[in-house]
Amino acid sequence: MDQIITAAVAVVGVPLVLLGYIILGERVIERLPDHLQTWIRPYFWALPAIGFATIFMVYPLIRTVFLSFRNNADTDWVGFNNYVYFFTFPDTLTSLRNSLLWLVFYTLFAVGLGLIIAILLDRVRYESLAKIAIFLPVPISAVAASIIWKFMFDYQPPGSVQTGTLNAALGAFGGQPVAWLVNSTTNNPALIFVGVWSITGFCMVIISASLKSISTEVLEAARMDGANELRIVQLIVTPLLWPTITVVGTTMIINALKTFDIVFVLTSGAYDTDVIATQMFRQLATHHLSRAAAVGVVLFLAIVPLLVVNIRRFQQQEETR
Amino acid sequence: MSGVQVETRRETARTGTAVSVLDRWGHQLQRLPLHLVIIIFIAIWIVPTIGLIVNSFRNVQDMSNAGWWSALFPPHGFSLDSYNQVLQTENVATSIFNSVLITVPATVIQLAIATMGAYAFAWMKFPGKDIFFIVIVGLMVVPIQMTLIPVLQLFHTFGLAGTFIAVWLAHSGYGLPFEVFLLRNYLGGLPREIFESAEMDGAGHAVRFLRIAVPMTIPAIASLTIFVFLGVWNDLLVSLTFLGSSPNRPFTVVITQLVTSLGGGWQFLTAAAVLQMSLPLAVFIFLQRYFVRGITSGSVKG
Repeated sequence: MDQIITAAVAVVGVPLVLLGYIILGERVIERLPDHLQTWIRPYFWALPAIGFATIFMVYPLIRTVFLSFRNNADTDWVGFNNYVYFFTFPDTLTSLRNSLLWLVFYTLFAVGLGLIIAILLDRVRYESLAKIAIFLPVPISAVAASIIWKFMFDYQPPGSVQTGTLNAALGAFGGQPVAWLVNSTTNNPALIFVGVWSITGFCMVIISASLKSISTEVLEAARMDGANELRIVQLIVTPLLWPTITVVGTTMIINALKTFDIVFVLTSGAYDTDVIATQMFRQLATHHLSRAAAVGVVLFLAIVPLLVVNIRRFQQQEETR
Repeated sequence: MSGVQVETRRETARTGTAVSVLDRWGHQLQRLPLHLVIIIFIAIWIVPTIGLIVNSFRNVQDMSNAGWWSALFPPHGFSLDSYNQVLQTENVATSIFNSVLITVPATVIQLAIATMGAYAFAWMKFPGKDIFFIVIVGLMVVPIQMTLIPVLQLFHTFGLAGTFIAVWLAHSGYGLPFEVFLLRNYLGGLPREIFESAEMDGAGHAVRFLRIAVPMTIPAIASLTIFVFLGVWNDLLVSLTFLGSSPNRPFTVVITQLVTSLGGGWQFLTAAAVLQMSLPLAVFIFLQRYFVRGITSGSVKG
């Protein structure tokens, strides 16, 4: 009961407090001399947002880098020890390798399938209905998606009834059941596929929107000139879609590096399926804070190039505004 | 689309109706592989979800005796056992409630603060503005893993560990950079004349913000609300870190913990998963237009 009240107070109270902040603050600022007004006002307005970003992102970022060079009790410097641990311990190396697998294959398949499906659906009349089907997993949480796929991948020993959809299908064609999530050759691809399945609809919708903006005259002209559909896709559609594909691709790379939920729910990183994010969480949960910090920094460093790309793109957009 | 166009062109080229009918049939037959490929894709993307939903309406015994597809034929043996069982499981009912209590305030708090900050970035000039904004653009991609430990320590210092307030604040902090970015672009795109004429009429920034900027930004705020709400509802990592063992933990965390703790008997979690995803799916189905528009206009980070 108390909690409902707290929540209600927060829902009503926070906007009211901000409203009061704005109105009272402006009253005070309006009474100030002009030059002081123009100086103070913007900071007054941006303060809550900048404050939140500072407390929850900027400060923790710096502190994490700091912690990664400290011992676990945060009493002494240990140099690069935590990093040496990360890059030499077999388990963490596995997580590094798996994150690399995610980075390459998740990105490739999510964007690739999104592109292919968008192009294919552009050619049929039931496009909008088909899009809904492909998009359906996007709003579903990674937790629920993992449970969905736990049933798809379910494995029973050979001879017993296969209730998992994939193994039942394999059995129908006379194959032997596969322990998808345990077998070390299938488990990482299986997990990556769950990720791809969840996000393809997202890629498809964005690529499809950009596909619709290609003028039909250009395509018609190419068809008149006798170009077949494959050549059209290769020579006209793909180059025109390229900017969109790179934007979606960077988003997917960032997603791939941050992957946590699917691995955590489906295997908890067992059977060599750990990724950087689950590895970091395990270090944190076992109170190896400085090691966890080092893992976090490694993850961050992997994302820095994309951060630079994003800022560059933003600056270009600003110039054309 | 293109198919229709190709057809009409052919029809005008050849006037004989018999030929044209035959031609159309041949054309459709040519397109058979296209339809087939699409149907396979659709099947891969919806069958797993359907399987889970069907399974959630069977009892655990049936689930381990035969796959979900057998329930499609009589005797179906549908039952609500899993739902009863999962709702009676410790923490589940409370955790659904917790999810609501976490999601609603977290969404309201961050959007209120983001709109205000975005207004400053869109319509005010101040030294360091560009640098601040570039930092915000950069923060959009910073993995939250990078921030978990210090934030956790902060919450411990201020006695907020394990409370709703902690996750509201954390979610707000993590969501803000993106929201400020998006709303600033939207606000910045509003016509300058409106703000200038309001200023001439003596309206201060408070009035311009509350009476002009906010009402005109409602479309952007609305679609952002959907995504922020679902993002928080579906979140696992933030809640797991800050509320992992607290009685306040949300539904996603409880489901995850049940998956590992139940071992072999996790089948009835089908019902939990269906309950967890029913809200996002309902939102998607009823607000589809906003959903897709939100994504294509860049209001989601995926």
